[in-house]
Amino acid sequence: MIRLEGIERVYRVGGQLVRALAGVDLEIAAGEYVSVMGPSGSGKSTLLHILGLLDRPTAGRYLLDGRDVTGLDEAEQARLRRETIGFVFQFFHLVPRLSALENVELPMQIAGLPPAERRPRAEAALAAVGLAERARHRPDQLSGGQRQRVAIARATVMRPRLILADEPTGNLDRASGREVVELLERLHRERGMTLVVVTHDPELGERARRRLHMRDGRILEGTQA
Amino acid sequence: MRAGETLAFAARSLAAHPARTALTMLAVAIGAGAVLMLSALGEGARRYVVREFAALGTNLLIVLPGRSETAGATPGLFVGMTPRELTLEDALALLRSPHVRRVAPVVVGSAPVSRGGREREATVLGSTAELVRVRHWRLARGRNLPEGDPRRAQAVCLLGATVARELFGADPPLGQWVRIGDRRFRVIGVLAPQGFALGVKVDEMVVVPVASAQALFDTSGLFRALVEARSREAIAAARRDVLATLRERHRGEEDVTVVTQDAVLAAFDRILRALTYALAALAGISLSVAGILIMNIMLISVAGRRAEIGLLKALGATPALIARLFVAEAGVLAAAGGLAGIGIGLGAVELAARLYPLFPFAAPWWSAPAALGVALAGGIGFGVLPARRAARLDPVAALASR
Ligand SMILES: Nc1ncnc2c1ncn2[C@@H]1O[C@H](COP(=O)(O)OP(=O)(O)O)[C@@H](O)[C@H]1O
Ligand SMILES: [Mg+2]
Repeated sequence: MIRLEGIERVYRVGGQLVRALAGVDLEIAAGEYVSVMGPSGSGKSTLLHILGLLDRPTAGRYLLDGRDVTGLDEAEQARLRRETIGFVFQFFHLVPRLSALENVELPMQIAGLPPAERRPRAEAALAAVGLAERARHRPDQLSGGQRQRVAIARATVMRPRLILADEPTGNLDRASGREVVELLERLHRERGMTLVVVTHDPELGERARRRLHMRDGRILEGTQA
Repeated sequence: MRAGETLAFAARSLAAHPARTALTMLAVAIGAGAVLMLSALGEGARRYVVREFAALGTNLLIVLPGRSETAGATPGLFVGMTPRELTLEDALALLRSPHVRRVAPVVVGSAPVSRGGREREATVLGSTAELVRVRHWRLARGRNLPEGDPRRAQAVCLLGATVARELFGADPPLGQWVRIGDRRFRVIGVLAPQGFALGVKVDEMVVVPVASAQALFDTSGLFRALVEARSREAIAAARRDVLATLRERHRGEEDVTVVTQDAVLAAFDRILRALTYALAALAGISLSVAGILIMNIMLISVAGRRAEIGLLKALGATPALIARLFVAEAGVLAAAGGLAGIGIGLGAVELAARLYPLFPFAAPWWSAPAALGVALAGGIGFGVLPARRAARLDPVAALASR
């Protein structure tokens, strides 16, 4: 599903060049569950942003479903994100003035789906993360774990084939972090979504069948379980 | 995103900041309201003048003795004489023209008018029954001046409404005698209250037959003659005939001035229309100030919602959609403010009309759409820059800002 060839991402900070990604080659098959681990600053988030078409590599090629997406313009990339990729962030990124249900509806609204179709799908997505009762609550009326579950409902409601999660438990206590990870794993299992989770919690990373370790912008080794 | 939803989304993000949204809308509302109020003022002035002129009579020509052009002094002036006067015979001769329907000769003077112990100074008009018709006056009671030979003096008079009230109070004035100067006149009619007509207080006047006024004021000339043409189209021909007749009667000299009410009216109409547009445009400038405020607020909004913009992009919003969302916000601000301003403006015009019933305040038909149009154009125009800034945000950097 994913194929990265010689991906580099270089930032210019002052006069210095910072190589956030220094030649990454990677293949991820459809339906895989991959964790990405490594010290802070090793390039995990940058990798995830490239995979999610939020960022462009300085060099290299990105093939998504066999199609070179490196040179697509912003609007085309946006369309691809909308249809194939769901994001889960460390800081949830819910829109504070919208209810849980409306937050989950947002991607469908952006995609232009009719309201009659959106409502039941959003409700089902919330039910799937165990928050059917919280549909009318605003984010500030929800706990951290609940917020992240709303975010997961939002990330999955368009039925994307790829879920990218950047430290999804980084802002949660242990118990709710565990719930969130189990939820992601369940969705991966039940719907066959490809799941890439960035974490620096080894215990969490161990749960994935395939683990990538990063250091200084490179993938050191892949550990296959 | 669908259009309606784009607007709803914009409206909700505005609602999340009620104070600054309300203030920005207020600025737009003041601008839009000012467009309405000032154009209503200009239009009111125009209507006032038009109404006042119309009250003078329709298809009216005013014949004044003397040339208005002073550049080439008339021979009369040269030898130290006043120009030849306009006589009653001159006025009556004007009726020969087929384009003239009525002629009302006018003599004016001022004299004390008294009855019993009550006395007041009044403007005394000497004319014929035609005066009341030419000027569209109405009689409250009694009858008009007698028809018949205008050269004959008769001791009858019409009283203006105020004069009648002051001299007679609740007593019926018809058939009673009043003293005007050193003569006695019988009251045969009372004019209905007419209000103002170009500053002449009809209600404070007394009307007597033209010959009586000439005797009273010891004058043979007329102050002017009012000529009513048969129709609007006949005004020019009537004017030509009037000038020709008088030139012939004054031995080839053109020593009168004919003012057509139409020409004056058209000039005033043009000037006051232009004034109205100018006032509206001035008020429109205040809307551009509101537009700058909108831009400012939108820039603040974009800066404060970077994370949200990043999220929308991550969820698949194209730059065009992001731009639309923010332009919609500016548009909603401008539209809501503009509509509120139009409401406030119309209310203020209504209030002013109640407070000053004599002045015909009226917002011209174009003022509300113009106010809304300028508000919208300004709001959206000034919203484009912030919207483009939002659309261009790098999603990774935007998501990182919290
Ligand atoms: N916008 C940026 N400008 C400059 N340097 C950046 C930027 N984003 C990331 N970096 C650098 O790239 C490297 C990788 O960052 P990141 O992918 O966020 O690491 P991780 O997620 O593994 O902690 C770090 O050295 C970081 O400082
Ligand atoms: Mg990171």
